[in-house]
Amino acid sequence: MIAVQSLTRHFGSIKAVDNISFTVDKGEILGFLGPNGAGKSTTMKMITTFLPPTSGTATVGGFDVINQPLEARAKIGYLPESSPSYRDMNVFDFLMFAAEVRGYDGDERLSRVKKIMETCNLKEVAYQQIDTLSKGFRQRVGFAQAFLHDPEYLILDEPTDGLDPNQKQEVRNLIKQMGREKCIILSTHILEEVEAVCSRAIIIGEGKIVADGSPEELRSRSKLHGAITLELIGVDARDALAGLEKVQFVDRVTDLTPSEEGGSEKNGKKVIKMRLFPMSGKSIAHETASFIHQKNWQVDGFTVEKGDLNEVFYNLTKGGVAR
Amino acid sequence: MRNFKAVLKRELKSYFESPVAYVFIVIFLLATSGCTFFISRFFENRIATLEPFFIWHPWLYLFLVPAVGMRLWSEERKSGTIELLFTLPITLWEALAGKFVAAWLFIGIALVLTFPMVLTVAYLGSPDYGIIFSSYLGSFMLSGAFLAVTCLFSAMTKNQVISFVISVVACFSMLMLGVGVFTDFLNRYLPVWLSDAISAFSFFTHYQGFQRGLIDSRDLVYFVSVIVFMLAANALVLERKKAE
Repeated sequence: MIAVQSLTRHFGSIKAVDNISFTVDKGEILGFLGPNGAGKSTTMKMITTFLPPTSGTATVGGFDVINQPLEARAKIGYLPESSPSYRDMNVFDFLMFAAEVRGYDGDERLSRVKKIMETCNLKEVAYQQIDTLSKGFRQRVGFAQAFLHDPEYLILDEPTDGLDPNQKQEVRNLIKQMGREKCIILSTHILEEVEAVCSRAIIIGEGKIVADGSPEELRSRSKLHGAITLELIGVDARDALAGLEKVQFVDRVTDLTPSEEGGSEKNGKKVIKMRLFPMSGKSIAHETASFIHQKNWQVDGFTVEKGDLNEVFYNLTKGGVAR
Repeated sequence: MRNFKAVLKRELKSYFESPVAYVFIVIFLLATSGCTFFISRFFENRIATLEPFFIWHPWLYLFLVPAVGMRLWSEERKSGTIELLFTLPITLWEALAGKFVAAWLFIGIALVLTFPMVLTVAYLGSPDYGIIFSSYLGSFMLSGAFLAVTCLFSAMTKNQVISFVISVVACFSMLMLGVGVFTDFLNRYLPVWLSDAISAFSFFTHYQGFQRGLIDSRDLVYFVSVIVFMLAANALVLERKKAE
């Protein structure tokens, strides 16, 4: 378990991280979300013992990062932002160095390094200087270094930054696979990534935790959550608006039909698009469906919105973004 | 200990994997022998001593040692690998000592490669091998002191050029405190005990002891304490600045 207790870090007069507390258990993949400069990296640097906190502390697997940094480090695999590595070394030598420092020697050291190079698809570049590798490969070298000792705790600072879509997918799969028996914290500003990978997300803004929950919970905070988007064929927009507003539990209806030129047609009939927002805490799918059935309208699309994480993110952190 | 060794090996290897090592060694060898033969006129002197060889070392080290050491920490800080290094289960002192000793050994290797000078003087006459040995030891200790100063300034900045320039200036000052021109100048204005005390802090004063064939424990203690002091300061600077 990683337990963070009132962690605070000042840089001069700026509070980069302001009294953050949370715990992460085994089997959890925690996504750290926040605009740039919100304090994600600073928090990670403190958990990995690199940066001493101004006040508060964290424990990793029971080891205090301030008083037992070496024991804590031994349990952590860390991928720093933009995955730095000794550029003048080749991949194999670099990993051998990491393995040596991680306490492996002899045959075990060699077999560890070979195994991790296989896992991270690094075999083809094993004897290439890291400096000459592409960003994707360098990122993999960073991963290999972090996973080498099969750590219980993984801390990954923007693990998919700068990768192409295929590589991103690869990395996400790898993280999901590892997440089953490990405790992972990853930071990102890509919201889809949180939805795809994380079991829980913490949004931080201006050094404080502004939201903590599963991606679904966070999404449900969105205004869009539970709204219904309808596409109807050959129905008059005014009729539809007036009718739908009377459906039980519907709070309001907005007309999303594109303007004349952009409007689409089907079988020569105009398609209109409406969005129904429910009253808070109510579900309107059934009511809406029976109303449409009763009117015998021709339906082209019917979507219950899950909510937009982008919107939640924006609303919670816009103070930080605007600054 | 194993981590110290791991850092040392990595560091030493990285010297030899880049052209820096070869450039340094070639220049060091050319410069030492060039100065010995063409400026100090080793042959014309007709004396079987390596004094004209060792007399140049402080002045060559002044530029070459900072060139070897300038990247030690500034490069780590600039490329961000320092974050990697200090989140591995390594203590600050293991990393610090590993890097320092690696660079020192590297200079030591360059120094050992000057052995043809010894062969030359042995072929031409019968030198005092005791003096040659103590001179080599002194030269090695001096390079260690220069290197420790360079390490300290290297930790202070991410910029290698700044780290080089400041190290050269600092080493130059430490050297000049004991050089004749400067001590004469001090003698004119300061009481003798004070100017003696100042020159006692100089690298040069302590280096000269070794050149006379004396392995004085005071000189050894001086160099060792300079190195330890500089590395301790280095550790403090790193603690404070590593994350910047």
